Parts: sequence; C-alpha cells; structure tokens
Amino acid sequence: MRQRPRKGVLIAMDTLVMTSQLPLYAVLASALAPIPLILAGRNPNMREAVTFAAGFLKLWFVMKMLPPVLEGKVLEYTLFEPVAGLPVQFRVDGMSMLFALVASSLWILTSAYAIGYMRPLKEHAQTRFYVFFAFSLSATLGVAFAGNLLTLYVFYELLSMSTYPLVTHHQDAEARGGGRRYLTYLLATSVGLVLPAMLFCYLKSGDMTFAAGGFLAGKVTPTEALVLLLMFVFGFAKAGVMPFHGWLPGAMVAPTPVSALLHAVAVVKVGVFCILRVVTGVFGLDFLEQLDLGLVVSFIAGFTVICSSLIALSQDNLKRRLAFSTVGQLSYIILGASLLSDLAVKGSMAHIAMHAFGKITLFFCAGAIYVATKKKYISDMVGIGRRMPITMVCFLIGSMSVMGLPPTGGLISKLHLLLGAPDSGRWWLMLFYVVSTLLNGAYLLPIVFRAFFKTGKHFDAGTEVQEAPMFCLVPLTLTAIGSILLFFFPHLVFELASLMVEGS
Amino acid sequence: MLDLIIAKFNYWVYIVLMMIGLYAMIAKNNYIKKLIGMTIFQTAIMLFYVSIGAKQGATIPIIDHHGDGGDHGEAAEAVGHAVETAAHAAGSLDPDAYVNPLPHVLMLTAIVVGVATLGVAMAVVQKIHDQYGSIEEDEVLKRIKL
Amino acid sequence: MDIVQQAPILMILCPFLGAFAVSLAGLIQRRWCYPLTVLFTAGSAYAGLGTLIQVLRTEGGVIRYRMGGWEPPFGIEFRLDALNAAIALMVVVVALLVAIYSRQTVASETAGKEGHFYTLFLLLTVGVLGISMTGDAFNLYVFLEISSLSSYALIAMGRGRAAFSCFNYIIMGTIGASFYLLGVGYLYIKTGSLNMTDIARILQEHGLYSSNSVRIGFLFILIGVWIKMAFVPLHRWLPNAYTFAPSTTSCLVAPLMTKVSIYVMIRIMFSVFNPEFVFGVGPRSDLVVWLAVIAMMVGSFYALAKNKLKMMLAYLVIAEVGYMVGGAWLANATGLTGAIFHILADGLMTLALFLAAGAIYYKRKSYNIVATKGLFGKMPFTMGAFAIAALSMIGIPPTCGFFSKWYLISGGIEAGHWGFVVGLLTSSMVNAVLFFRILERAYFEKPELPYEPGRQGKNALNFVERKGVDEAPLTMLAPLWAASLGLVLLGVYSGVVIDFISRYVNSVGFQ
Repeated sequence: MRQRPRKGVLIAMDTLVMTSQLPLYAVLASALAPIPLILAGRNPNMREAVTFAAGFLKLWFVMKMLPPVLEGKVLEYTLFEPVAGLPVQFRVDGMSMLFALVASSLWILTSAYAIGYMRPLKEHAQTRFYVFFAFSLSATLGVAFAGNLLTLYVFYELLSMSTYPLVTHHQDAEARGGGRRYLTYLLATSVGLVLPAMLFCYLKSGDMTFAAGGFLAGKVTPTEALVLLLMFVFGFAKAGVMPFHGWLPGAMVAPTPVSALLHAVAVVKVGVFCILRVVTGVFGLDFLEQLDLGLVVSFIAGFTVICSSLIALSQDNLKRRLAFSTVGQLSYIILGASLLSDLAVKGSMAHIAMHAFGKITLFFCAGAIYVATKKKYISDMVGIGRRMPITMVCFLIGSMSVMGLPPTGGLISKLHLLLGAPDSGRWWLMLFYVVSTLLNGAYLLPIVFRAFFKTGKHFDAGTEVQEAPMFCLVPLTLTAIGSILLFFFPHLVFELASLMVEGS
Repeated sequence: MLDLIIAKFNYWVYIVLMMIGLYAMIAKNNYIKKLIGMTIFQTAIMLFYVSIGAKQGATIPIIDHHGDGGDHGEAAEAVGHAVETAAHAAGSLDPDAYVNPLPHVLMLTAIVVGVATLGVAMAVVQKIHDQYGSIEEDEVLKRIKL
Repeated sequence: MDIVQQAPILMILCPFLGAFAVSLAGLIQRRWCYPLTVLFTAGSAYAGLGTLIQVLRTEGGVIRYRMGGWEPPFGIEFRLDALNAAIALMVVVVALLVAIYSRQTVASETAGKEGHFYTLFLLLTVGVLGISMTGDAFNLYVFLEISSLSSYALIAMGRGRAAFSCFNYIIMGTIGASFYLLGVGYLYIKTGSLNMTDIARILQEHGLYSSNSVRIGFLFILIGVWIKMAFVPLHRWLPNAYTFAPSTTSCLVAPLMTKVSIYVMIRIMFSVFNPEFVFGVGPRSDLVVWLAVIAMMVGSFYALAKNKLKMMLAYLVIAEVGYMVGGAWLANATGLTGAIFHILADGLMTLALFLAAGAIYYKRKSYNIVATKGLFGKMPFTMGAFAIAALSMIGIPPTCGFFSKWYLISGGIEAGHWGFVVGLLTSSMVNAVLFFRILERAYFEKPELPYEPGRQGKNALNFVERKGVDEAPLTMLAPLWAASLGLVLLGVYSGVVIDFISRYVNSVGFQ
C-alpha cells in the first residue's frame, strides 16, 4: 500500500555500547540530595542552595553524556540483576537524552520558581516538599535512562510513590481525595495492566531489553499483540489516555510548582515516554505496521485529543483547564507515535520537549497569578494584563507554543506530527490535529485577550502593575524565552529524536 | 466385605476411634470433653502405629544372647551394638521373629507430646475459667459478645 | 572437629541451651532474661550464617549432619540444602530481631513472667529451626509439636480473648499435627523408613507411587500441614489467635509458623515425592490453585473489613499463604521459585508489619485502626518503616514483594492458570487499598485515640497524650528498620537469592 524507506538500519548495526557510570551519577545526584536537604532543613536558604546544587550537578552529568550520545553511542550501566538475565539497567540513547535534558533543566527553573511560590504563601513542610521533589526527579531520570521494561517499570512505580506526598502536600480533605484518585488510577493500571503485560512479553520472548525494531516481532500472535498494546497504552495511565485521565485534574490540588514540573513535564511525559518506548523498543514500528495496529491506538488517542479539548473549554479553574489541555497534548504525542511514520515519531519525541516548555510556562503563570492575586478562576482574571503584563505576555507565548504558532517551538513539532499523517498514508488523521489546534486556541487565547483588552470586577483601568515575586517571574520568563528559542534552534532536539528513529 | 473388615481390623478400630475423637472435638460444648476427644484422637493414631509394628508369631524385640549373661552394663552395651549392626548382621538374626520396635518407640515420643499438649490445653482451659467463669463454649462466647 | 562443621547443630543448640539458662535466670534475676535471649539468638544467627556459607561451599549444595554419628536411615540427620538453609537463616534472623525488639513489649505486656516468656520464645525458635533443618519425617513431627506447644503457651499469655482463641488453636493444631503423623505412618508402612531422602529413594526404586497407602499418606500429610498453615478453608483458627496474642508473640509466630508449614509442604511434595506424582496422581493440582485463589480473596477482603490493625494483618497472612500454596501447586519451576522466594520475602514483610503494629500498640495502647491517625507526625520512623513494608506487600519495586510476585505471576502465566494471575493482581490491589487507608489516616488526620468500651474502670489505661513526636524506643525501631531495609535489600539482591533457590528447584526435576 505504501512504502517507506527505512534508512539508518546500518547505523543501528554499529551503534556502540559503552559502559559508563554517568547515568548512575545523574540519577543519584537528586536521589542523595534528601540527606543534605534534611540536615539543612532548619535553614531555608541553605536548603534551597542544596536543591540548586543538586540540580546543577544533575544537569552537568546529563550534559556530559550528551557528546557520546550524539556520536551515536549508547551508555550502559547495570545497577543490579534481580532476575537472572534481566538486569535493572540504564541505557542512554538519543530518546533518553532528550527527555533527561528537558527534565533536568526544567528542574532547576522549577526549584527557583518553588522558592518564589512556597515562601510568600508560607507553605508548611517545605523540607518534605523539596525532599520528595528530588526523589521524583531521580525516578523520572530513571525512567528516561531505563534500558529495559523491568527498569522502566521499577522507576515508573517509584515515581508514583514519590509524587504522592507532593500531590497531597496540603494535607486537607481536597488533597486527600485528589491523592487517593491519583494513586488509584496509577496503581490500578500499572499493577493490573502493565505488570501482567510485561511478564507476558518476557515469557513469550525471553527478553526485555528495548531493541531497535522491538523484540516482540514474530513471538506473539496478532491478537496477543493487540491486547498487549492496549494493556500498555492504557496501563501507563500517567499518559492520561481516556478513560484513565481522571487522576490528572484531581492531582491539580498540588502546589503549583508540583503541577508545573510533574504534571506538565515529568510525570505525564513519563507516561508518554513509556508508551513511545514500548511502541518503538518493544513492538517496533515495522511489526506494528505489519499487523496494522497503529490505527487502533490512533483512534483512542484521537478521541482523547478532541474530548479533552472540549472539556477544557468548559473549565473555569485555570489549573484544571491547563490539566485537560495537557491530557489532549499528551495524546497528540501518542497519536504521533501511532502513525508509525518516521516523521511523526520524530515529531512526537520533539513534542515532548516543545510542549514541556510551553506548558510549564503556562503553569508557572497560573501559579504566579495565584501568588500575586490569590485568583484561581479564569472568570476572575479579566483585565489582569494590566496588573501583571509580563506574566500575561509569557502566558501568550506559552499558549502559542501549545497551539503550535510561530515563533515558538510548538510549531516545529506540530508540523512534523501533521506531516506524519499523510506520510503514513492516512491523511485524514490530520483532522484530529487541525480540529484540536482550533480548540486549543479557543480555550487559551480568550484568557489572554480578556486579560489585556477587557476590564473586570477585580482589575479595572486604574490597576497598577504589580508582578509576582522575582523568583516566580524570572523562571517563567526564562521558560517562555526557551519556547521561542526552540523555534530558532530546534536542531539539538531533532538530532536526538532522529537518533532514536534511525536507531529503530 | 466382612473379610476386608476382619483382615484390616486394626485400621477400622483406629478410624472409628479417630472419628469419635474428632466428633467430640468439634461437636462438644464443654472444653474438657473437647480435650477428651482430642486425647482419643491422638490415642487412635498411637494405636495405629503400634499395630503396624506387629507381626504374626513375632516376639518382643529383645535379642537373646543365649547365656551370654554378664552384668547389666555389658548387656546394655551389647544390645546397643546389636541394634547398630542389625542391618549388617541380618543373617544371624531372623527379623521375622521380632516385632518391629520402631513404631513403639516413636509412639513413646508421641505420648509425651500428647501429654504435654493436654497439659497446656488444661492450663488454657483453667485460664478461660478464670476469665469467664465457665468452661462451656456457648457461655464463654456469650460473655465475649457482651 | 572443625567448629564450622558443627554450625548446623550449634544453630539449634544455642536457643535450646538458652532456654534452660533463661528459665534459670527467670528464677534468680529476671533482668537477665532479655540479654540472655538476645545473646543466644544472636549466637544462633551467627551459626546460621556459618551454615549458609557451608552450604554454599559444599559441592552439590547439600550438607548432612548426623546426630551422634549414627548413619541414616537409622540415625536422625539434619539435612540442609538450598531450600532450607535460606529458610533456617530467615528463622534465626527473625528470632534475633524479635528478641531485640521484645525488651519493652515483654516488660509491659507480660510483666513478671519474663522467665517463662523467654524460655518459650527460645523453645519456639528451637522447634521452628528443627522443622526447617531436619531430614527425618518423624523428627519433624516432634519439632512441629515443640514449636506448636510453645506457641500455644505464648499466645495464651495475651489479654482479652487470647485464652479462648488459643484453645481453638490447640484443637486445630493438634488435629493438624495428628494428620501429619498419620500420613507419616502410612509412608512408613510402605517404605519402612522415616528418613526423607530414604523414603524418596525407596518410593522411586520400588515404584510405590501407585500404592494407595502412599497416596493416602500424602493426602493426610497435606491436610495436616494445610491446617497448620491456615490454608483456606482450614484457616479459621488463625486470626483470633494472632490478634490477641501479646505483640512480641505475634511478631515471632506470624512470620514463622505459617511459613515453615509451607516449607514442610514443599519439602514433602518435591523432596519426598516428585512433581510427577504430586501433579499426576494426587488431587487435581489446579483445584488446589483455585483454593489458593480463594484463600487470597478471603484473606484480602476480610482484612479490608477489619478495624483492628493486627486482625487485618492476620488475615493478610492467610492471603499470603494462598500466594505460596498456589505458587507451589502451579506445577512449574517458576511458580515454585516464586513460592520459595515468597516464603523468605513474606517472612520479612510479616515481621516488619507486626513489629510496626507492636510499636504502635506500645505507644498508642490500641490496635484499632483509628489509633494510627496522625501517626506520621507522632511516630515518623515507625510509620516510615511501616510504609516500606506496605509497599512490599502491594508489590512496588524494588522491594522483595515485587519480585516474588514477579515469579508467581510468571508461573501463573506459564501454567496458563489465569485465575491465579488475576487473583494475585486483585489481591495486590486490595492490599494497596488496605494500606493506603492506614497511611492516609496517618498522614492526613490529627492524632486521636479511639473510644473503646472495654477501657473504663479497671481496664482503663492511664494514657497521657504527649505533644510532638512520641517515637518508640530504639530497641524497637532498630529491628523494625532492619526488617524494612531487609525488604529492599532482599529485593535488590533477589537475583542472588533466586540463583541459590534455583539450585533446589532445578534438582526437583520439572519437565
């Protein structure tokens, strides 16, 4: 029906595997941070200095891995071997690198933002907050570096556990409900779906290491493959594929830095990252194409994209609206992967990074508004552009990136995703993207428009400029600038993404 | 049918006794009666063991050394020696002439175990009586519910 | 003779001689009982380590220790291979940790009876160790009764319904042991031997597997150990007995007694008999697995309905028994590996949970779940360890609970027994609900004590709520954390342990 030249098969052949302890150090940098964090607990300045130190250390380790990875090497480190022949192992390739870079650089910005957010609001138990934040970053990197399904699963679960205290940080009835929902969804799906699917894969193929082109091909029947694929797609509920998206809006009870980093970047992206890994490394694009399984996932993801955008339209709580927007954007990525075309998969990968910068800006803005004005609802934000112009400009940039308008990074990844649809021979799947982009505009742009050009009951013409504290403002400006920079310099992102696609 | 019962009557005896014991343990209301049932149950198994050591026309397993008298110490030593080498010296001794002593010895241990269990159980019953003023299960249950 | 050669016997002699020493000390100076107990269990643990090393070093991985130099099958021998060396070590480690832990609980719950308590404690250890080491079927019965008798007495020392539930336990326990004895009798009739290896050899050589006596013997032994391990539907005695026992007793009894009975079952199934017989002629094996599934469900859901922490944990023990029996009866090597690994893992998990429950009781004077409210603030270290153990029960990696489930589920998939797989997953999720219900209370709510009707008048405890952190003493926290960290370590190093266990599993000879 359609032919797609698979270039780069040769490159995959001579990929060099080298043993390196760098991935371990990168993970440990934040995993060990809690010890000094707790010791410095009584001195907030000291404590936050530790967080920054750990953040930069982590970023440095990640950066050090960049050159060899760009050369096409795979860095490997075996932690331990709980099951004979099945180690818990790090394998850093282009895909891991891309995700790790995004997560660790945004962690530093979020740490800065957290200072600006937590201190003015006089949040309780801040030490605990930083401790679990550091833990969850370690788990995120663990997922990024995971070399096989077992490792992926181990860190996936650890991430669920270490983010629970963050989600429920306020320790009130609402947090309790949100936290309960969070764990119910995540644990039920991971234990109930991923674990058996993973074991089944292992028993059928005797292998778990992500391989270029997957390891399941020819080992399972088409029916089994379909069931397994669905179990994985739904099982990694962090990706928020409907109907397992319910935890995400619930988890918005968390303090905004948590929502920003974890629920726009780390946790949810871990979900889609896992699905991408499974699609490329477990099944392999060729195998899925051969069985024509992409379409099923396309429909599930497409449905989620449209539905969540529609729901987002009706939300008045800003963070909830952003949460549903995230649900939709995540399914963009899954939809891209399900197209099984090189271009679209590359776009998916890049969209993880692009969307991360855009969405974290939006969350930062929402938090900044809350810190400065204690406003949570969009209806109360009419005219707020007069009070917080910088924040709202950044909000505009973030929105544009999420929608995919120039000059933001979102455009580039979205273009790849869009073009991937005809590339895969199903041009009509473009419709999902087009419709949802319009919907994105419909639920994001009015906020900005009304902020600047309308006057509301809280902010009228005479409102003076009064921004959130510097620690809030600077990070969100930086991420907004980042979004624009990614438009002009997307090379690194695509280089890493292509590494992965060509590897497969 | 009758043949079967007669040929293996030891089995039937132990099964009947065991059932009586089991019945008492489960159905009786009084704790002491339950314990009596327990003892019958254990005794049934002991009987079973003892009966399987028996042989037609065999005698007690004490080796007769035909006037090799001497004092007691020596005799005991000799017996110990005999047992030790019984396997090798099977030729010189006729195993069919002796009852198998092992099950009996095992049951000595089992009897000790049974007595100890009974002792502990009696003590517990006493504690129950102290606590609830009764050794009837239904009355005790009634008091627990209160 | 080399002292290392004597390690197996030293392992059991230490607590045995300790029992005499402690009972004497109880008469002279009660303060000595605790240090003596710790000392003797520590000696036993040390010897246990030596034994394990010896097993590792021996070619073929089997060491046999002959009592008094009598050759088996006439003499009694201790026979240690990859299966029971690990279990024996677990037993002594559990005993040591509980001994260290017991200082305050014994003094407060069974004041004035330290001498008796610790004597029985050590005798129980002797019994359980004996069961796990002996190679003689009748000797096993004797050890079974030694451990049972001491556990009866230990449980009866508790308050409230302890004596009443203990009586039921005595009745059931005696029936169980008697059935075991009866089964051994039938095997003896046919084989004329009591030594397990010897029985296995004779059964094999003379092709006795088709004999009715042998089959009945096997069945009786199974029923016996099933009663002892509280396998559904023979589980009714367990929850009350474990709940009302003094906390030290439940800490010792809960991890050891059921696990060791499962060991006996596995030993009989695969060392005395072989898979071909067990799964070929015995009761239909998938029925047993279904029973195991029912056990998991009964245990988990009853646990959900209980509002006493210890009662809940006791029902979980029943569910876990289902895991292990099911794993062993899946009739494949993976399932058996999982079952054996789970014996070790569950021993530690149960220990950690009961230790935590005991620590909570020590500080809050109540087992009611309400008493766990706000405990993350009051007892952060206890709850931290409790949380790790809870994660292991749910099966979150990298704790050992995850890896045992890994093998059990793999075994289930391999055997094509989907009921078992689903049952296991369901039970994991129920565990998640169960434990997060407690963790949530401890994390979100304000500390408060439950109103308990029995608390007025004479029974009222002079409980004064202290402000701020009110943590259990170090002698309780240290063993608790040792157990919890042990869970993580056992998970991380599960590869090594599984390697060791596989030596036994491979020798079983599945097709």
